[in-house]
Amino acid sequence: MAETMTSGMILRRRLVFLAPVALFGVLAGYFVWGLNPDRNPRDLPSVMIDQPVPEFALPPIEGMEGPGLSDADLRTGEVTLVNFFASWCVPCRLEHRYLLELAKDDKVHLYGVNYKNEPAEARAWLAELGNPYGRIGADATGRVGIDWGVYGLPETFIIDRTGRIRYRRVGQIDQVTLDREILPLLRELSK
Amino acid sequence: MRTWLLALALSLAITAPGWAVLPDEILDDPVLEARARALSQDIRCLVCQNENIDSSNADLARDLRILVRERLVAGDSDADVKAFLVVRYGDFVLFNPPMKLETLVLWFGPALIVLLGGGGVIAYYARRRRNPAAGPAPLNADERQRLERLLADTDTDAKVAEPRSR
Repeated sequence: MAETMTSGMILRRRLVFLAPVALFGVLAGYFVWGLNPDRNPRDLPSVMIDQPVPEFALPPIEGMEGPGLSDADLRTGEVTLVNFFASWCVPCRLEHRYLLELAKDDKVHLYGVNYKNEPAEARAWLAELGNPYGRIGADATGRVGIDWGVYGLPETFIIDRTGRIRYRRVGQIDQVTLDREILPLLRELSK
Repeated sequence: MRTWLLALALSLAITAPGWAVLPDEILDDPVLEARARALSQDIRCLVCQNENIDSSNADLARDLRILVRERLVAGDSDADVKAFLVVRYGDFVLFNPPMKLETLVLWFGPALIVLLGGGGVIAYYARRRRNPAAGPAPLNADERQRLERLLADTDTDAKVAEPRSR
């Protein structure tokens, strides 16, 4: 048998032995991507990135002093952060201290949208944990949330000077997101 | 037989899908409501992600059901409603994603895999038919003898081993 093999056949036989190696390479690549602990498979690619903020006008939380929030407030030529939160959202409670930390900087304009929350509960929550927001709009029906493509709280957006959404974070903010994503982008956009 | 049929019918009735649409969401106009129901089945609940908004109990799904009905009452076509949602949530919100460059793999990937696999199988059998002698060469006399010796050896080994393993 071996005597009758042409060089082409030998080459083909060698290639067959490479197949498992190639298969391993493909699988390994897939696992490196799929098992990466930083990847959240539920994250959706956001279609809102680089889009202008949707038009909206929200009243303040009932019974609270201060202005509400509208898209005009995000088009004043400043870089702004918009954080969707609610007292019923557990990760919101976890990320709150980082928002307070952010708000310490006078140059940061952090606004809140209180999403589908009882006003009394929202007021109690802010009184307990502190209020990092310069302005808060109350989205009682969740319609503004839908316009922003919000599907799970908390969500945080960064809006540039021209009123375009430049960053979106679905889920809790922590020190790592602050240091690696949010603060560098704020610095870059504020230049 | 009738008992069995009855049991089957009942068990199917029990497992019928439980729709999540609440009475207060249903539109008065049955035509619009039917359109809303049909549309809702193609719209993904973004919280549960593998359920459509017609059968999901999530809060957001309810909001989206109401929104779909509002848009229909306002005179939107089915395509308008879908476009409205895609602008906000992307193609992922539709269970039937549109065909475009990014979704080509999604649409044609499975067919491609079937073609590759089927092609491989066909090529294999075609080669076997062309060259039936291909495959391992038959044993020569020497090899056959060795094989018989080995088989006989195994037999005696087994007989010896059996009592030991008890």
